[in-house]
Amino acid sequence: MTLPRLLWVPALLGFAVIVLPVIGLLDRVEWARLPALVTSDAALSALGLSMQTAAMSTLVCLLLGGPLAFVLARSDFRGLRVLRSLVLLPLVLPPVVGGLALLYLLGRNGFLGQLLGVQLPYTTAAVVLAQTFVAMPFLVVSLEGALRTAGERYEAVAATLGAGRWTVLRRVTIPLLLPGIGSGVVLAFARALGEFGATIAFAGSLQGTTRTLPLEIYLQRESDVDAAVALSLLLVVIAIVVIVVARPRAVEGLR
Amino acid sequence: MKRMSVLLSLLLIAACTSGPEKREVTVFAAASLKDAFTELEKSYEASHPGVDVRISFGGSSDLAQQIVNGAPADVFASASPSTMDTVAKADLIDGRAEVFAVNTLRIAVPQGNPKGIRTLADLTKPGTALVLCAPQVPCGAAAKQVAMAAKLTFKPVSEEPDVRSVLGKVAAKEADAGLVYVTDVLSAPGKVEGVDFPESADAVNEYPLALLKKTGQAQLAREFAELVRGQAGRDVLTRAGFGPP
Amino acid sequence: MRAQFRLARGKFTLDVELAVEPGEVVAVLGPNGSGKSTLLNLIAGLLRPDTGHLSLDGRDLLGAPPHRRGIGLLAQEPLLFPHLSVLANVEFGPRAQYRADYRETALRWLDEVDARAFADRKPRQLSGGQAQRVALARALAADPELLLLDEPLTALDVDAAPAMRGLLRRVLRTRNRPAIMVTHDALDALVLADRVIVLDAGRIVEQGPTRTVLTRPRSPFAARIAGLNLVPGTTVDGGIRSSAGVFIAGRGSAGAGEDGVAVFSPAAVAVHRDNPHGSPRNALRVRLAGMEPHGDLIRLRAEDGLAADITPAAAAELELEPGQDVWFVVKATEVGVHAARGGVWGRD
Repeated sequence: MTLPRLLWVPALLGFAVIVLPVIGLLDRVEWARLPALVTSDAALSALGLSMQTAAMSTLVCLLLGGPLAFVLARSDFRGLRVLRSLVLLPLVLPPVVGGLALLYLLGRNGFLGQLLGVQLPYTTAAVVLAQTFVAMPFLVVSLEGALRTAGERYEAVAATLGAGRWTVLRRVTIPLLLPGIGSGVVLAFARALGEFGATIAFAGSLQGTTRTLPLEIYLQRESDVDAAVALSLLLVVIAIVVIVVARPRAVEGLR
Repeated sequence: MKRMSVLLSLLLIAACTSGPEKREVTVFAAASLKDAFTELEKSYEASHPGVDVRISFGGSSDLAQQIVNGAPADVFASASPSTMDTVAKADLIDGRAEVFAVNTLRIAVPQGNPKGIRTLADLTKPGTALVLCAPQVPCGAAAKQVAMAAKLTFKPVSEEPDVRSVLGKVAAKEADAGLVYVTDVLSAPGKVEGVDFPESADAVNEYPLALLKKTGQAQLAREFAELVRGQAGRDVLTRAGFGPP
Repeated sequence: MRAQFRLARGKFTLDVELAVEPGEVVAVLGPNGSGKSTLLNLIAGLLRPDTGHLSLDGRDLLGAPPHRRGIGLLAQEPLLFPHLSVLANVEFGPRAQYRADYRETALRWLDEVDARAFADRKPRQLSGGQAQRVALARALAADPELLLLDEPLTALDVDAAPAMRGLLRRVLRTRNRPAIMVTHDALDALVLADRVIVLDAGRIVEQGPTRTVLTRPRSPFAARIAGLNLVPGTTVDGGIRSSAGVFIAGRGSAGAGEDGVAVFSPAAVAVHRDNPHGSPRNALRVRLAGMEPHGDLIRLRAEDGLAADITPAAAAELELEPGQDVWFVVKATEVGVHAARGGVWGRD
């Protein structure tokens, strides 16, 4: 189908809205100071913490969100639709609301926090939990979509060949789902990497423990805008690597 | 006939509100000034009929960045001399900035002071969850100063990017204590209590105010600055917890 | 296999009872939406009936999950697992059943369907016909007690279908285990099935030996897809020798010396009062049993069941009446010769 030419105008404007701010950021970068700024102790510590926590929370998303996606896509019970909508909640909530919610649930005065008797706020685990909260829907939604389009016909065939439920899951469903899992993982990782609001509200901000790269950027811009811009650039580069390089591979997966 | 007069008066009202008489003064003020400046805005508007004061509250460095990048402000009231310098370096200040208030640190503890904190040294007790501002922001720099003066080493569980986050953590009882400004403690009655400490005198935070160039309302802006610096302003600021310069 | 199911889905209700004897191949015919695929899914365990029972070799299967039923399924599309090689696809069943000889089993079935050459390929590198052959090998390598075939030839192009049909016929005969095949093609039923069940709106409206149902259909659906002339016999080179000893020339893929059947449409038959000697056509002497209108044409029925459709003008010119002897003449190119499911013809 040939597109009406007029469609290109808003399409290009839409693209510009996404890309131009990044160019604006590039324009503001102090290239001479850049190497020193992105390799400062605080920057490296924040970068390392961000990578670790994002990887951890992506793993938690996969271990919990994967089964959740299966239940949402393949089961049938009353209230399933409501459940499916609730899963999207972190997508539409401001992250800081998520952070406050976590604080009042798992903080020292939260009912679950008191019940479990654990001190989560101000720990790296709290960062992982906050990131998991905001990133989980990305994994669940993309996995659920993949599960729906994959259909159940291959699984039915596998069952008629004598394969039990776990064998079907392990040898048919999951391999067929790998592209969906890949893109879900990439999206969840990218979201976790960029998480700010829930982290600052729930986990606080302490170098080496809870101050991830976005928190470091937010802090640096108070005192040293150049440093904030340099770290922003770092985050942009990482994000581009993740979504441009990793995602198509993950999506194409088996093909 | 009666209906006609109602219609006429409605038209008159409409004409008045959209008339050219309407004038505006735009003030950029540090977030900690919110209560005090909101009160001053009211008294200014009462004595200046037809003038609308619009105040944008925010972090001082954010506001400074916005002004440098062309935001239309007539007055800038900052929480730190360094952020005011940012604006001064961009040659945007009309005249010079003057300190109009000072703010000092106070220990904030949750209502009832569950950990029984009495002195600055109590903050270093093991098992006390202390939250500070990060050293990069003014309240954190001040906390660092008092620690050095008292020869104490704080081990905070978190270094927040702004003072309101510290206050929030204490108010939510997720921290046993925090170092905030006197004004912050006063702004959250019933949630937090303040504990004074003598070392606070070593870290006095100055609040400069400046008129900005490129303003179309120089006279109105000057009158607002005079209100802030005058006795009426002094009273309001004192009630909010600010000290005199 | 004995089965009885009742399943209501909105307005549609499936209510069937059927039995398949050991070694028997049953074709299920029926219009779209008649419940054919639903029936197969119920037997396979992919759907649960509201009420019913199902047993295979005396085992009660209704409560068993699909993978414990020993019932294989070959669908319209091959549905080969795209992430596995051809060999791994065929090995899937025996491996899922923890059989140690999965490799030999898979290779044996790949040989059986003449697909060993593709063993290392991925499914996407196969043509439709090749993929369906591999899918058959995969289904059979799982060693099912009962094989279900859901329109296994429908998705194949016209070149690939005859070869697959021949393969299915050979495999079903050598296995000697029961199979149920859903189809809408009379030829599939003819070549592969001992017995035909016609399903309409969720109920069995007709059943019987394949030839009986296809030559003397009682249900409207069977009449629509069948109504063909079938002459059983033994295949010979270039045609078939009927059980009455008449040679009929035709085209087909069957080898010589097999049980077979010549198939031609009533519309392809010309009717003569005298034997048209010296013509390269097949001429069959028949005695007219009756005449009936058939659309714009007249359908002539012979006593041995053959039919011919001719125009009313031709019928008038021939001055035909029941009991008369006439010649049914049909070109060799209009006659298909197929190997047919053995045993059927003996019962008829």
